[in-house]
Amino acid sequence: MSVEGQGLIAASPAPGSAMMRRLRAAAELLGRSPTGMFGGAIVLFWSVLALLAPWLAPYPPNKIDPALLADPYPSTAHWLGVDHLGRDILSRLIWGARTVLTVAPAAVIGAAAFGTILGLFAGYKGGLADRVIMRVGDTLLAFPKIILYLIIIARFGASAFNIIAVIAVTQAPIIARIVRAVTLDVKNRDYVAAARMRGESTWFILTTEILPNARGPLIVDFFLRLGYTVIAIGVLGFLGVGLPPPDPDWGSMIKETYGMIFIWPHMTLIPALAVSSLVVGFNFLATGLREAAEDG
Amino acid sequence: MADILAFEGVSIEHRGRRGVSRIIDDVSLHIAPGEALGLVGESGCGKSTVALAAMRYLQAGMRITKGRILFDDRDLSAMAEPELRGLRGSRLAMVYQDPMSSLNPVMTIGRQLMEVPLLHGESDERRARKRALAMLDEVRLPDGEAMMARYPHQLSGGQQQRVVIAMALMAEPALLVMDEPTTGLDVTIEAAILELVRELRRKFGTAILFISHNLGTIARLCDRVGVLYAGRLVETGAIRDVFRAPAHPYTRGLLEALPDLDRGRGAGRLVPIVGTLGAADRAREGCAFEPRCSFADAAVCGIGPIPLTAIDGAGTHQARCARLAAIPQRQAAAAAPTQAAAEDGPVLLALRGLTKWYEIGGDLFGRSSRKIRALTDVDLEARRGGTLAIVGESGSGKSTLARVVAGLVDGASGTARLGDAELAAGVDERPRDLVRRVQMVFQNPDSTLNPSHNIGFALMRPLKLLRGMTTQDAEAEARRLMARVQLPVELMARKPGQLSGGQRQRVAIARALAGNPDLLIADEPVSALDVSVQAAIVNLLADLLGNSEMGLVLISHDLALVRHMADWVAVMYLGRVVEYGPADKVFAPPFHPYTQALLAAAPRPDPDAPAPDVVLAGAMASPTAEIRGCVFASRCPVKLGAICETTLPPERIFGPHRIACHIELTA
Repeated sequence: MSVEGQGLIAASPAPGSAMMRRLRAAAELLGRSPTGMFGGAIVLFWSVLALLAPWLAPYPPNKIDPALLADPYPSTAHWLGVDHLGRDILSRLIWGARTVLTVAPAAVIGAAAFGTILGLFAGYKGGLADRVIMRVGDTLLAFPKIILYLIIIARFGASAFNIIAVIAVTQAPIIARIVRAVTLDVKNRDYVAAARMRGESTWFILTTEILPNARGPLIVDFFLRLGYTVIAIGVLGFLGVGLPPPDPDWGSMIKETYGMIFIWPHMTLIPALAVSSLVVGFNFLATGLREAAEDG
Repeated sequence: MADILAFEGVSIEHRGRRGVSRIIDDVSLHIAPGEALGLVGESGCGKSTVALAAMRYLQAGMRITKGRILFDDRDLSAMAEPELRGLRGSRLAMVYQDPMSSLNPVMTIGRQLMEVPLLHGESDERRARKRALAMLDEVRLPDGEAMMARYPHQLSGGQQQRVVIAMALMAEPALLVMDEPTTGLDVTIEAAILELVRELRRKFGTAILFISHNLGTIARLCDRVGVLYAGRLVETGAIRDVFRAPAHPYTRGLLEALPDLDRGRGAGRLVPIVGTLGAADRAREGCAFEPRCSFADAAVCGIGPIPLTAIDGAGTHQARCARLAAIPQRQAAAAAPTQAAAEDGPVLLALRGLTKWYEIGGDLFGRSSRKIRALTDVDLEARRGGTLAIVGESGSGKSTLARVVAGLVDGASGTARLGDAELAAGVDERPRDLVRRVQMVFQNPDSTLNPSHNIGFALMRPLKLLRGMTTQDAEAEARRLMARVQLPVELMARKPGQLSGGQRQRVAIARALAGNPDLLIADEPVSALDVSVQAAIVNLLADLLGNSEMGLVLISHDLALVRHMADWVAVMYLGRVVEYGPADKVFAPPFHPYTQALLAAAPRPDPDAPAPDVVLAGAMASPTAEIRGCVFASRCPVKLGAICETTLPPERIFGPHRIACHIELTA
């Protein structure tokens, strides 16, 4: 059930082109699912904005101009209007996309790496190691996540690194569970026995024989989890423990203006819409990939 | 004569995402009341679809495009759902391969049996209960009252299938459809179930549509047989006509591909059917078998639908072949003989007192609650250049034995020596050279190769690891290996998912040979393959062994295969070797009672083979139970008495042949 690479049968002529073909095959698979295409388009849209922020943003994101509060609504000069300090909302959204699209993937990649190693190890070794790893993970999962975030960030301070670390640690047990389930299934397959019969190391068996078979569920989960993480980052920003101001962060944008929602609703609703659209984008992308994988 | 079931030129199509494909093409068959019709064919030939169509259960996307299915002269395809429901379970009943799929796990056996009459007009609970008890007695399930109160999971596989048959017969149906009813069962259980079906058929006069891939079970049960290939009926006739004088090349191929239980090693090579059934062949207008047929002539075989032509005067034996006249009479044993080991080589593998317990269950801290005895005091030898076969039913410990020798299961006590080296328990603790010398071929072609890596990877890794080759050398050697197992080199770039089961098994053999092992262990290497493919793999193994010093340990439940391949045979039951010796001696008297029962139960593709004279009752004793006497005592048909249960049987020794039994056997 490989998500990408189905039908790649030719021997690899050049490493670079193999990578390209893989990407193309993935895109082709996604092309079969309209939902996935739609999600992919949203994610691509925000990614391009984030990547080109310095060139696309019409104003510096932190430029305060109280004079603009006379008419903060969208206009030809400020397409999405300005916020309560007179900062251009479009520019802040574009720069904010950069923040969220760096922090969220970094956090999820961290969680995936950490969780995968734990899951492989727990599933393959079994016994005491398995029990300890999974019970510690369960304990971590039993905590209400937001409270856990608040405690840790209140203790260590709000920074991009701390947010990434705390999300990576708290999400890892779920990924470990997915990988462990695949490992438990795959480790009893004959090809793993065959690998042992030729004297492969445990590390090779884990990474080369078992892990590739978890690729499908992991990729789907990766995009779903990106969606959750975008929400989590938004919530942290909203609770005031997100990235330190004045750098633009969608959650903080909502938090700073929600008191004025009945006076100037666009200041809150536009960043809220941005968060939702990106979450929907990631979810649809995950759904599309799953459909493509099921289709084989 | 009114037929109970008739297919009149039925075609069934499947519409899916990948377009329309033809599953059944112009199949006509009929079953008279009380008659048993067998349908045989390899996987994918459409036989299960025919079975389901007879009940008018068609999968989503399947549609009858042509023809009629008549049950009792009424068209099933025109019937409304309520009317069908009335028929199913009362006049029409079905038994599937997996009994657990037809039993409700949360209802007692009694409830499920009583439901049948209660749903079909019986209103009195007590009468329904009485009938259920009577039926349990009919299917030879002892202690009916206790059985009624049990749940399906508390029964063995054979007992479950008996319950399903009882359920099917509760309403005394006019037609019983059986789709591979004994395929998942051990041979002794299979023989007992087939005997039961024969008897019940005589008693109730039920007509049977019996679907199987196994010619032996068809021969034992059916009056007539139909052979399906790619959704078409290619041959049909009375069972003796078809088995004695098969006309269609495919039918002949199926029969010739089978090893013969009565002829030992060196008797003759099996004749495989070349190639596999591809999607393109399925869609052919002409004969779908043409690409695999040695008598094919494109000029006549490729054109138009080929009609069924009568072979005998009466017109009951028919075959769908355009070249019937050109095909010579069947010649028996024309094939070149396999090479039997001229004399026994030196001992390669010696096992002494090998014993292995599995620990099961386990609490929070990993302490296990029960122990299962998988192997007890196994003493065996495998020789260079020879084949040691280990036979037994599931639960006999034969796979554990293979895995212990391979080092995949550790924690066994006793000694295992390979040549002059001690085989350490786990493969991880063995020195690299010892790892190289023992290699294994696994049973399941679906899991033997990693779906994420291509074939080249599977062959090159062991070459690099076990023989220290560079990537370049390994690639060249991998090509040679591919040639040795008769696979095209192009396949090396493919992923396992793109290979057929037989091809995958060849790759698995090539992989095992990569390290030039001294000992090859093959755990049921062909049991998951179709008959025709099986023969090719068996021949390949014979060729590879024929000119080498390598020893083979063959694990198998198929006695005919063992007879064909083995020089030495060990018969195992519940973890113990009950009989061991040279193949010719083990397959001839004196027998251990268990060996005798196995031999009697083995299905033979011969309608005139005598019914088994020994049919084992019951199931293997629980492996957790403590057994002080003979392991076979609980099922032994010739048990002497208390001594069998209290004292270990002595070894009766006849030269190299030994039998563990209390009965005084004489050579």
